[in-house]
Amino acid sequence: MNVQLREPPQAAPSTSIKTAIADCDIHPARATKDELYPYLAKRWHSHLETFGVHAYQGMMEGPPYPKAQPNASRRDAYPPEGGPQGSSLSFMQKQHLDPNNVALGVLNPLNTGQGIRNQDLAAAICAAINDWQIEKWTSKDSRLKGSVVVANEDGVSAAAEIRKRAGDKNFVQVLLLSRNVEPLGQRRYWPIYEAAQDAGLPIGVHAFGFGGNPITASGWPSYYIEEMVGHSQCQQTALASLVLEGVFERFPKLKMVMVEAGFGWAPSLAWRLDKVFSKLHAEVPHLKRTPSEYIRDHIWWTTQPMEDPESRDHLFQLIEWIGWDKLLFATDYPHWDYDEPSRVLPAGVSDANRQAFYLDNAKQLYGIS
Amino acid sequence: MASPIAGGVDCDLHPAVPHLTSLLPYMNDYWRDQVTTRGMTDLISQSYPVNSPISSRPDWRPAQGKPGSGIADLQRQALDPFGTAYGICNPLYGVQMVFSEDMANAFCRALNDWLAKEWLDKDARLRGSIVIPVQSIEKAVAEIERCAADQRFVQVLMLVMGDMPLGKRHYWPIYAAAERLGLPIGIHAGSAYHNPPTSVGWGSYHIEDYVAQAQAFQTQLTSLIVEGVFARHPNLKMVMLESGFTWLPPFLWRLHKFWRGVRMETPWVDRAPLEIVRSNIRFSLQPVDAPPEGDTLNRLFDHMQSDELILFSTDYPHWQFDGDEVLPKGLSADLVRKIMIDNPHATYPRLKA
Repeated sequence: MNVQLREPPQAAPSTSIKTAIADCDIHPARATKDELYPYLAKRWHSHLETFGVHAYQGMMEGPPYPKAQPNASRRDAYPPEGGPQGSSLSFMQKQHLDPNNVALGVLNPLNTGQGIRNQDLAAAICAAINDWQIEKWTSKDSRLKGSVVVANEDGVSAAAEIRKRAGDKNFVQVLLLSRNVEPLGQRRYWPIYEAAQDAGLPIGVHAFGFGGNPITASGWPSYYIEEMVGHSQCQQTALASLVLEGVFERFPKLKMVMVEAGFGWAPSLAWRLDKVFSKLHAEVPHLKRTPSEYIRDHIWWTTQPMEDPESRDHLFQLIEWIGWDKLLFATDYPHWDYDEPSRVLPAGVSDANRQAFYLDNAKQLYGIS
Repeated sequence: MASPIAGGVDCDLHPAVPHLTSLLPYMNDYWRDQVTTRGMTDLISQSYPVNSPISSRPDWRPAQGKPGSGIADLQRQALDPFGTAYGICNPLYGVQMVFSEDMANAFCRALNDWLAKEWLDKDARLRGSIVIPVQSIEKAVAEIERCAADQRFVQVLMLVMGDMPLGKRHYWPIYAAAERLGLPIGIHAGSAYHNPPTSVGWGSYHIEDYVAQAQAFQTQLTSLIVEGVFARHPNLKMVMLESGFTWLPPFLWRLHKFWRGVRMETPWVDRAPLEIVRSNIRFSLQPVDAPPEGDTLNRLFDHMQSDELILFSTDYPHWQFDGDEVLPKGLSADLVRKIMIDNPHATYPRLKA
């Protein structure tokens, strides 16, 4: 985590990193509220002005759990020309991409059409965001690659948007969020998985989203820290749903990335799934393999916020249970809990594992040569 | 397999209420009449029927009736084979699902009196947990105080998936009463089904609900710690029952990391989450969610950085292990003694009485 309380020297990273890295979780922002309007049909301009986005929450400005910092972002990441953190390509290049030697940056736009109740509006905003990613970001910097955002609750419209972008080298994955109206394995989402598999695009499942369900199985907690820590629980149940519904049996070439929800929980979840599965297999006969085998073959994990035990041996043992080939380095730039590339891995990692962790796993998964 | 040693404390036994009518002798006229007139039959807290494999270990399944409903079976199958000195009874009966606090209160009183008369009176090794009507804090506290006069009640029992996160201040009078009376709070797997059983909604399968218990324990632990329950009640112990525990180390790494980052939001959390867990939270042994080989499990115990967290349990009559393999392979004799005897006695002060 990188919490800046003092006034920092702008754009100067604390250390530089010499070898090229992939950053698999970068959040691009709009500089102004109406930056998206050129990509939206006229009717939606007045709709947004009159009715807003109509999300699964009452508050029109800001999230239900107020963030720890403005826009949940680093205080040193405001672009000099104005606008929120993450809204300027030139400042992102200067502060993050250049000094950190980012060779591949995967954009994960938040505040899109996902989690909006009006599905026509959701589809329109998602399509606009996808056009905006190309025009503002990926066409201007070839290191950056976009994520296809889709109207997640309307599988048919989402699949159409994915098919529209298939083969477009500006995009390397489809983006979903972990918290939806139903657990992600449910059939309503299967058209998304089918289209992504056909397009050869992995699906990134990023923490966050609001689908109207309480964010714990006992209702709504009180604090932002509970929401943040709780992403790993939401992600665990979403992944359990994907496995147990048979998504990977039905779509055997589908690959998924768990983004910004930790990876430390993966072994214990897989062990628990396997243990219960050994007794309840008859309830889910559509599964032909053990849950841990599906997880091992279909799931990748981004690293930020990096697991941080006191003992580095515990970290190494954990990663060995998951596989060095399954982790994708990410910073979460420009968010406040950003992981500094040069400080994430302790000493004692082989060159091959380090190279896989920082760059090669991502290039291979996303098909970047 | 590590050998169990005699004199252990089994912290998670489930005596079953045969039928709601079994509780009628413990209700007043009004509630007896309500149950009979309205045709109420049973209050089963599980969402699956008795035939489900997780309802009972195959060789513990009785010829008829609910698994765990006969004391002779419990003695023969759970207490005698492991040389158990004390067994703590945690009745799982659907009183938490009831929406009326009056009805919940009447049924909880009946359930606790039934446990004392039909189980604790019949075997000196048995101890009980007080089941409370969480629908009303006032009534829950009164029930704790009523039952606590009987020293054989050693714990207060709550479910992991209820109406609100358990750290919420709403529940604190329950914790104050428990701390004052030397009763740990046992939080057991299970849902009142007042919220979806996962944090992302309703799944399709029982297996999903069961796996999700572990995630529910994780969010409850976050809630209990960050709301400041243990800053206010430093002597209160809580026991996570049928929670699994192999998720604990990475859960704490993450909680600790975010606590460092945003502790300004909850300034009353004056100790690191890991320290709070070490001093105030315990976990029942079963289920052990780990590969069968001992090496991984020993590493996990190493990651927990404490040998005082785990309390022996069979989860009788539920199916968590086969034969007498209640303890995982490869545990040292010292750790076995701690899990079976020392840790439970350090957690439950009323066992000394």
